[in-house]
Amino acid sequence: MDDTIAAISTSSGVGAISIIRVSGKDSIQIVNKIFKGKNLNNVKTHTINYGYIVEKEKKIDEVLVTVMKAPKTFTAEDTVEINCHGGIITTKKILELLILNGCRLAEPGEFTKRAYLNERIDLLEAEAVMDIINSKTEKSLSLAINQLSGNTSNLINKLKEKELKILSNIEVNIDYPEYEDIEVLTNDKILPKLEEIKEEMKDIIKNSEEGKLIKEGINTAIIGRPNVGKSSLLNLLLEEEKAIVTDIEGTTRDIIEGKIVLNGIILNILDTAGIRKTDNIVEEIGVKKSIELIDKSDLILFVLNNNEQLTEEEMNIMEKVKEKKYITIINKCDLENKLEIEKLNLKNIIYMSTLNKEGIIELKNKIIEIYDLEEIENNDMTYLNNARSIALLKESLNLVENAIKNIKNAFPIDIVEIDIKESCTKLNEILGENYNENLLNELFSNFCLGK
Amino acid sequence: MNYEIIVVGGGHAGCEAALASARKGHNTLLITGNINNIADMPCNPSIGGSAKGIVVREIDALGGEMGVNADKGLIQIKMLNSGKGPAVQALRAQADKITYPKEMLKTLKNTKNLEIKEGMVEDLIIEENKVKGIILEDNTKILSEIVILTTGTYLKADIMVGDTRRREGPHGERPSNHLSDNLRKYGLKIIRLKTGTPQRIDKNSIDFTKTKKELGDNVYRTFSFDRKASYDIDKQVPCHLVYTTEETHKIIRENLNKSSMYGGLNDVTGVGPRYCPSIEDKVVRFADKERHQLFLEPESLYYDDIYLQGFSTSMPYDVQEKMVHSIKGLENAKILKYAYAIEYDAIYPTQMKLSLENKIIENLFTAGQINGTSGYEEAAGQGLIAGINAALKLEGKDPLILKRNEAYIGVLIDDLVTKGIRDPYRLLTSRAEYRLLLRSDNADLRLREYGHQVGLINDERYNNYLNKIKKIEEVKEILNNNKITPTEEVNKFLEEHNSSILKDGISLYNLLKRTEINMENIKNFIELNYEEEILNEVEIDIKYEGYIKKANQEAEKMLKLENKKIPKDIDYSKIKNIASEAKQKLQEINPESLGQALRISGVNPSDISILSVYLKRNYKNESK
Repeated sequence: MDDTIAAISTSSGVGAISIIRVSGKDSIQIVNKIFKGKNLNNVKTHTINYGYIVEKEKKIDEVLVTVMKAPKTFTAEDTVEINCHGGIITTKKILELLILNGCRLAEPGEFTKRAYLNERIDLLEAEAVMDIINSKTEKSLSLAINQLSGNTSNLINKLKEKELKILSNIEVNIDYPEYEDIEVLTNDKILPKLEEIKEEMKDIIKNSEEGKLIKEGINTAIIGRPNVGKSSLLNLLLEEEKAIVTDIEGTTRDIIEGKIVLNGIILNILDTAGIRKTDNIVEEIGVKKSIELIDKSDLILFVLNNNEQLTEEEMNIMEKVKEKKYITIINKCDLENKLEIEKLNLKNIIYMSTLNKEGIIELKNKIIEIYDLEEIENNDMTYLNNARSIALLKESLNLVENAIKNIKNAFPIDIVEIDIKESCTKLNEILGENYNENLLNELFSNFCLGK
Repeated sequence: MNYEIIVVGGGHAGCEAALASARKGHNTLLITGNINNIADMPCNPSIGGSAKGIVVREIDALGGEMGVNADKGLIQIKMLNSGKGPAVQALRAQADKITYPKEMLKTLKNTKNLEIKEGMVEDLIIEENKVKGIILEDNTKILSEIVILTTGTYLKADIMVGDTRRREGPHGERPSNHLSDNLRKYGLKIIRLKTGTPQRIDKNSIDFTKTKKELGDNVYRTFSFDRKASYDIDKQVPCHLVYTTEETHKIIRENLNKSSMYGGLNDVTGVGPRYCPSIEDKVVRFADKERHQLFLEPESLYYDDIYLQGFSTSMPYDVQEKMVHSIKGLENAKILKYAYAIEYDAIYPTQMKLSLENKIIENLFTAGQINGTSGYEEAAGQGLIAGINAALKLEGKDPLILKRNEAYIGVLIDDLVTKGIRDPYRLLTSRAEYRLLLRSDNADLRLREYGHQVGLINDERYNNYLNKIKKIEEVKEILNNNKITPTEEVNKFLEEHNSSILKDGISLYNLLKRTEINMENIKNFIELNYEEEILNEVEIDIKYEGYIKKANQEAEKMLKLENKKIPKDIDYSKIKNIASEAKQKLQEINPESLGQALRISGVNPSDISILSVYLKRNYKNESK
């Protein structure tokens, strides 16, 4: 009851708006840490405040933040609600930021539970809540276990075992200081082991975020000069896949033009309006817009006209495109070839004729190949797929980095160990296991001690 | 003659319990099988060690005797882990097995309100689940208001060597044959545990030239906060290091079937300690290890037995002879006492409250090995708490319950009562979650206040402590108020000490935060006429301020749950939605607080949420 909890309150999926609710004594202060706008600590209660959610100065989303101070709130605690723009990726990102800044992810039904405990709702309602808490915990518990099946939990387990090995060795050195036939782990010896763990954690986090993309949608941009056939490509893709065209306006952010489901994986086709609008205007603006769009996207479909020579802008954009995952589409292959393909320093080339609906299958296969979609469908997903696990792993990584810093600052081993221990606790939280028992078992099974 | 408190057993737990009770002014009887074995050390000749050494300091801070007595009886002392940081340092002494018990007996005999008797206790007088006294083997009844059982390994003790099993305690003493059965009859769950002790070797038969010498520290050290060291630093007795050989391992492997543990002989049912495996266990489990380290520890200045630490076994005598002789330096060693394993009854510890009073039988307290622990220090710590709480109960006061963030003793008792045990419990630093708070240097700062409150720390000792606090604050203030500026001289000094040079002024307090700068360096800038102890305390406080603060915050979180008490009469079967395994565990342990409930294995955080809602709803006023 003393910590501050946060959760996404709106149902997941694509909606115009998502609400993230934060409740607890530090809620205003925590949200304020990631909010750019008025100082929320000073605003009046029950006010709506406009601004941005930021991560280290980087704008994540434009939001409306409702600040409600205790006791007149649902939970009877200080409550903040963040209204952000629909997309799952952004919403989860904000939730992650909140957790990194001191919130705890709410248990299912926890807001209601707090409302009851703070005597906001009555007994009858509470009985119902109890049932919900229970059924939901059981469900989420099994869910948590399921999502950690196979490879994913193996990855975390491996990290945990590496840390446990270091920890139990340190503990044995401490508890049996005179046993010289047990390797004494000094800071120098721990450092490379920690560096290794750090890199592995970073990898998992990176993969997880990629994995999340695959699950929640790959932001795909169709880039190209006017009249190369972007719109027809889009229509072709949408038509082919009988896509749900959502065209959700209402944000200053990316507009998702449409969604295609490919082998169960979602492609969010981003709006290329910015470029289309420049069709009749100066081309430089087009380049600038394209580059912005490339930055935002996970996958670029770079469309070129087979019937025209390469322009300078195209050469410029090409360099930018290469920094991302991309597919080069040479359109209008039904017309005469004027494009200097040899000048293209690009891979993943697909020849198409959107007019004749040619090459679309090849394009889809290419996308599948790039994201290894078939592989992923058939195999266990080796990434953490929820915000909680990723946030915990990030915290764990921070602690490892801290330990490394302490080693470099020549702190004694028992201080260095504090962060490693806590890092290990975080990994255990992901796995839902008990740290202390683990350590003792490791200690007694791996070291030979005795009287 | 009636007593207020009877303590059964004169081991380390019994001595502390009896002293605490008598010193608090209660008419106390200490009854033991053999007065000559009071405060005996039947196993290793040392007091302290990692975590354990801190327990001894805690006992001293609270007004117990072990630290003072060890200081009187030590023949070597050192600070362990001195290079590994402040949180894990601990004292360990080689204690003289003659002097230590002798000094303790002297103290007991000189204590007012305390009577010592010999006798074998076989039953308790119980009326309506309340203890009223003890019954001896000749049926003599002695009445008291409270009984503290500190019987050690003497309940149905069996000594095992090879394929022989004899009903006796250490030193061939008679054990109590019926007490544990009677306790079972009164409704207590009794378990069987096992431990072992290695050979004693004649000092004169050891070739010390083939061993490695291990010396004590060359600075004076004491366990007690109030005593000056009384030993001669240069006359400390060394220990020696030897190793098993391939030959040793071969002998063990060839004779495994003769070990009572591995041969399945004697139907050994007791569970042995994981942290103290026998040598046959080590050789089997760590087959790839070429050698195992053994220590030769002197037992006393007054006789020639050398304790062979690390070689505990239950092999028959002839095999033990071969094993010992296969060790370099011990080729011609004369074994004075053979190694043996001992099996004994203990009470499953979750049947106690945190005060160490039994949950089923009122006014019955237990402490030490009878609660499933191992080690002199663990026993003494519990004995002290049992003695204090028995007395407090007589006085109608709340028991002294040390929290996990206050003392290793608190960790120990909470672990026993909340988690139960699988094998004899030994304290390890890794069992404490707040070990940066539970240091050897600050045991008095953590606990002296309690010692004074319960009346075991007199005003003089208490004032020493207050004075220490005052001095610590003074030094901190001085360091805070004194700044150095980036003069050429200062920066040169810093450079010489691998510390980055100054651009602006800095307080000495902040300078000390730098890892490469220590208190000695600070003295270069300012005169500090304070004891080493004070400066050390200040240095730790400042240098690790961030981590100490963090640990305190964590502890506070725990305390909040700890302060949410669960009513004793709660009926867990009435709470819907708690998982059935958790329900069963909660019913069994009957935790005193939500914090304790959360530490029970098998109880999940979601169960605790539901429990807290239930409490809030049904016990509105109490749980606030």
